[in-house]
Amino acid sequence: MTRFPASPRTALLSAAATLALTLGAAQAAPLDVEKDQLKLGFIKLTDMAPLAIAAEKGFFEDEGLSVTLEPQANWKVLLDRVISGELDGAHMLAGQPLGATIGFGTQANVVTAFSMDLNGNGITLSNEVWERMKPNLPKGPDGKPLHPIKADALKPVIAQYRAEGKPFTMGMVFPVSTHNYELRYWLAAGGINPGYYAPNDVSGQIQADALLSVTPPPQMPATLEAGTIFGYSVGEPWNQQAVMKGIGVPVITDTEIWKNNPEKVFGVTEGWAAKNPKTHLALVKALIRAAMWLDENDNANRAEAVKILAKSEYVGADAKVIANSMTGTFEYEKGDKRAVPDFNVFFRYNATYPFYSDAVWYLTQMRRWGQIAEAKPDSWYDETARKVYKPEIYLKAARMLVEEGKAKEADFPWASDGYKPLDEGFIDGIAYDGRKPNEYLTKLPIGLKGGQALQGGQLVGG
Amino acid sequence: MTSVTEASTLSSAEAMRARRKARLAHGLNRTAATLQIVGLGWLSPLLRMAAGDSPRQQGQELWQQMGVPLTALMLFLAAWAWLAPQVNTSLGAIPGPAQVWEQVGNLRADHQAERAKEAAFYDRQAKRNAELLAKDPAAEVKTRPYAGKPTYLDQIITSLKTVFTGFLLGALVAVPLGVACGLSRTVNAAMNPLIQIFKPVSPLAWLPLVTMVVSATVSSDNPTFEKSFLTSAVTVTLCSLWPTLINTAVGVSSIDKDLMNVGKVLQLSGPTMVRRLVLPSALPYIFTGLRLSLGVGWMVLIAAEMLAQNPGLGKFVWDEFQNGSSSSLARIMVAVFTIGLIGFLLDRVMLAFQAAVSHTGTR
Repeated sequence: MTRFPASPRTALLSAAATLALTLGAAQAAPLDVEKDQLKLGFIKLTDMAPLAIAAEKGFFEDEGLSVTLEPQANWKVLLDRVISGELDGAHMLAGQPLGATIGFGTQANVVTAFSMDLNGNGITLSNEVWERMKPNLPKGPDGKPLHPIKADALKPVIAQYRAEGKPFTMGMVFPVSTHNYELRYWLAAGGINPGYYAPNDVSGQIQADALLSVTPPPQMPATLEAGTIFGYSVGEPWNQQAVMKGIGVPVITDTEIWKNNPEKVFGVTEGWAAKNPKTHLALVKALIRAAMWLDENDNANRAEAVKILAKSEYVGADAKVIANSMTGTFEYEKGDKRAVPDFNVFFRYNATYPFYSDAVWYLTQMRRWGQIAEAKPDSWYDETARKVYKPEIYLKAARMLVEEGKAKEADFPWASDGYKPLDEGFIDGIAYDGRKPNEYLTKLPIGLKGGQALQGGQLVGG
Repeated sequence: MTSVTEASTLSSAEAMRARRKARLAHGLNRTAATLQIVGLGWLSPLLRMAAGDSPRQQGQELWQQMGVPLTALMLFLAAWAWLAPQVNTSLGAIPGPAQVWEQVGNLRADHQAERAKEAAFYDRQAKRNAELLAKDPAAEVKTRPYAGKPTYLDQIITSLKTVFTGFLLGALVAVPLGVACGLSRTVNAAMNPLIQIFKPVSPLAWLPLVTMVVSATVSSDNPTFEKSFLTSAVTVTLCSLWPTLINTAVGVSSIDKDLMNVGKVLQLSGPTMVRRLVLPSALPYIFTGLRLSLGVGWMVLIAAEMLAQNPGLGKFVWDEFQNGSSSSLARIMVAVFTIGLIGFLLDRVMLAFQAAVSHTGTR
């Protein structure tokens, strides 16, 4: 395509870049999108920030998209509405596209070409549990508890509750949520069994020492206050909210459980992506720009981002609550503020690239806790990851941005095969290699390994 | 007028005055009745005073009609202002009247800010398109509608549209069905168990079913109506048609037998009979049913919007609850009062209609 097309309509994707250069980098013609009026769903959490920023800063507009952002009641409603087509796409838990594709819960092929952020969650315990747990904690020279706080200190507390005849209940946001897997990882690393799932019992409480149940994020503090749960694992601002209201103590952030773990993704259905490839690209472009803006110059824009997120149509919580984590401080016990500069990462460390190894880790956790009932070969993990994660679309969008002069070549992992190198950033020191999921599963304490399965509440096989 | 007698001419001026007074009193009475219906009953004593009625008597009337409700309202506000700060929730203390009033202002400001943003968006779009055209006259330019957040006012309008759609759908189904039930004992016997079973069902029980059916039947590619709108409207229909149905049936079945016999003697055809005899005599009942239906529909709609997250006031309340900011509770209270006021107004409108079609002394 050397001939200049009469109208952008005839321009192919490959030619779009040439066209952009002809028109001058700053005034690139937007992609000729199939659908320019979109409705995207989100849950009121700070990590929806890339969506809010892309809308407020006009990044969607630059791509020729008119986007309505609509808050959803809970993760299930959000996923169902994406599947039914009421929403074009949404801010999703990384486990949701994977869970939907393998048919845990609702079966539907959902894909993602954009990972929204790293970290951003915490685990909060009620004041009473914290008081009972505190004596078991190793202290630093300043008398403050040493971080990261491990669940070993919680184990005797759970035993006490048991002895008093109280089941130890905790809240998490969704069965396939990062929060669920993080909470389980943390509990299991401390020798507490968080319970198994089985095909005929999806409560996730088989053999559990701590009973985990689903609570929508915004209702976490209220549920904790009501005494229905003794702790929860949730994204911001709901951990800081507990400190502000004096109803609980965040004990650990997820980056201490697994350094720089992937958190949310931007998901669309496979059918939608096939039907609207250019729209999908345009969306990913806008979101990459929003993520870059959020992390620019060492988080310089975060204060402005906090103001935007505090608007009632986005997260809506008070700015000072959102500001804590977004600007890199985190308050554990009241008055115990510590710097957690990477609490929310939106672009650094290739945060937005959809790595296959991230998808595989989620699949290993689904297998570990019985959401995947039977053993699968390593090749299955790789295939499933490739079915859901679409780095090729991401890189195409990134390439266009680089050619338009809106992004730097060096910021993207062009040569990656989708697998991160050996990851040793876990709280219990167990290294993770995404290429060998089954071997990884055998190393983990508590959890299904090899050919094990649950039958009638008992582990069998192996 | 030559036939007029002398005696009467003497008193004619007085008689005229008396007649005028009687006419005025009659007019005032009629106005008072109308005012009463639209909820402005307190105006009539003022009018009467202006017309020269005894101020003392009318003053008492005014106190009854206006003074007492206002005093009660003041007492309520005072009690609220005093009690609210003493209840501490995790979102701070319950807001008093002042904070709620402040949020009314904020919501108005939000609305204006959003409208300003919308105007700015259209400006930018027009500029961008003009630039594109200047560069290349053959370029395809697109104009897109603004996709910002719905403001509080938008949510109110959405809710009203939805409730009326659902309500009218319900009426279209319920009135003919009610007439059929009222006219034929067989139909009535057939329908009765169904009505008895479905009438008490909560809207929230219908909602998942309606959602699924709407999702299955409406294609997602630019349908005429949004799925969420249809879901809410159909839920309203399902819950609000019963009062209309039952009242219509009762109204039709209690028509004077003589009337029906007259119709038979005149050999009116079925449709004419319904149009000329049945509907007019059952109209007051039908409107009573409709009024009840609209009230139920309005209540159901808010619940449905809250649960299904469909646009409207219900969603506004739920979103604010999820926001959990320090102003959330006050905003929710604004919504509560708005919902109450709109419900009250809807009821008054229906009451006015009902009075207009009823054969009472007020006509």
